[in-house]
Amino acid sequence: MAEIKTLTDAVAELVHDGDSVALEGFTHLIPFAAGHEIIRQGKKNLTLIRMTPDLIYDRMIGAGCASKLVFSWGGNPGVGSLHRMRDALSHSWPVPLEIEEHSHAGMANRYVAGASGLPFGVLRGYAGTDLPAHTTTISTVTCPFTGEQLAAVAALNPDVSIVHAQRADRAGNVQLWGITGVQKEAVLAAKHSLVTVEEIVETLDPVPGAVLLPSWVVDAVAVAPGGAKPSYAHGYYDRDNAAYRAWDAVSRDREKFSVWLEELVAP
Amino acid sequence: MLTELATEAAVLEYSADEMMSVAAARALRDGAVCFVGIGLPSTAANLARRLHAPNLVLIYESGTLDTRPEELPLSIGDGILADSALTVVSVPEVFNYWLQPGRIDVGFLSGAQLDRYGNINTTVIGDYDEPSVRLPGSGGAPEIAASCGEVMIVMRHRLRAFVEGVDFITSLGHGSGPDDRRRLGLTGAGPLRVITDLGVLQPDPETRELTLTGLHPGITVEQVRAETGWPLALSPEPLVSTPPPTSRELEVLRSLRTVGQ
Repeated sequence: MAEIKTLTDAVAELVHDGDSVALEGFTHLIPFAAGHEIIRQGKKNLTLIRMTPDLIYDRMIGAGCASKLVFSWGGNPGVGSLHRMRDALSHSWPVPLEIEEHSHAGMANRYVAGASGLPFGVLRGYAGTDLPAHTTTISTVTCPFTGEQLAAVAALNPDVSIVHAQRADRAGNVQLWGITGVQKEAVLAAKHSLVTVEEIVETLDPVPGAVLLPSWVVDAVAVAPGGAKPSYAHGYYDRDNAAYRAWDAVSRDREKFSVWLEELVAP
Repeated sequence: MLTELATEAAVLEYSADEMMSVAAARALRDGAVCFVGIGLPSTAANLARRLHAPNLVLIYESGTLDTRPEELPLSIGDGILADSALTVVSVPEVFNYWLQPGRIDVGFLSGAQLDRYGNINTTVIGDYDEPSVRLPGSGGAPEIAASCGEVMIVMRHRLRAFVEGVDFITSLGHGSGPDDRRRLGLTGAGPLRVITDLGVLQPDPETRELTLTGLHPGITVEQVRAETGWPLALSPEPLVSTPPPTSRELEVLRSLRTVGQ
């Protein structure tokens, strides 16, 4: 059963130095508040897993939380690059960063395999591309029925997955809707999970297309209103595209980033 | 009368980027099911839907199926895509159920580097382990390029981008020649049209090498060759001259706003 906790307590109890951690949310419902809390608590040597690292991992990488990044598209969508990620890759600033790179289809199937309790996922993917030569978690498997050679990708089973949702009930059942990405798979694939929510409600009224995560597959629920900003929470607030654009100048410059970081961690 | 003519002429001044978006939009047929990348492809696809292709089905990798945004999204997952979609599916579902089995007619992509066989690089410039430029990476493109019925590419024609061979094959075009896609078991036809701000390239039916098949107004073959990093052959067919944008096309293109801008 999920316990309802403060975000500070939930991160302190569930995220440990050296863990593999997936903060998911495909453009929508990105768990920024939880990422910022991980930065504040000074977590180190994390393997950060996420299809689209986005601003949240740019910040966590810049803050020195990560030693490895597992991803499939690392940019600031519609704006440009993630400069903290690039600085870590090219100049080991503030610490060296190893990468494990996939395509979106590969990452999605890695989460599906993890959620399904299988050791690998299978897809028609990566054919003729250069990624398999650089990524050890991409291989091939021959179909036992047709002989077709297919791509195989190692399952993802993060130590902790963290997602943001619109709401939960008092028992810790979680409901999220809109673009639901890989959040269900990420939570079910993980050994432990934390869900931040906009609000706790008495009853979860049905919403078309909603994903429901039962309380018994979630370790902790923490209330974090606005916890997906500057991404968005469908039905609550819109994506702050101006903030995504404004991040570019901060991310480009170590000093500007350091000022941003000091403000974030200031008590 | 003279004033009216002068006004009409002024309206029809357009940029190379506008010609590119209009040419790319025209290439999308009404009723096609199109998997759209963000940026130039998204602009052209949304333009097509407002002009000759009202029944164009747009799919974004965020899982938004048949979406009809009133404004252009900045990212592939903006709320406006979900709000205006016929349905929203999960990311595993959009790739596994919709893309992989060949349900999508056209994959509409762009890239940082493109080579003579239509292979796309969005991963690194230079060596993978010590790149001179680290680019965003794959996203959905490798499987879009593999599994869509055909691929259409829209990108600005620059010498540093149109190279003999890409530094990294992120998404396979025609590989190294005519047999590669078949040998790899890929069902889609690969890139059949590359629309740039200078003209149109299409693969030679035999060799699959990209050749020049069309020129935009006022552009010469020499200009295109100067921005192409391989000895660009001309199609054996006469070069097609792209009709300039109409006032209607420009009006609609210029009315497209990006969300939050």
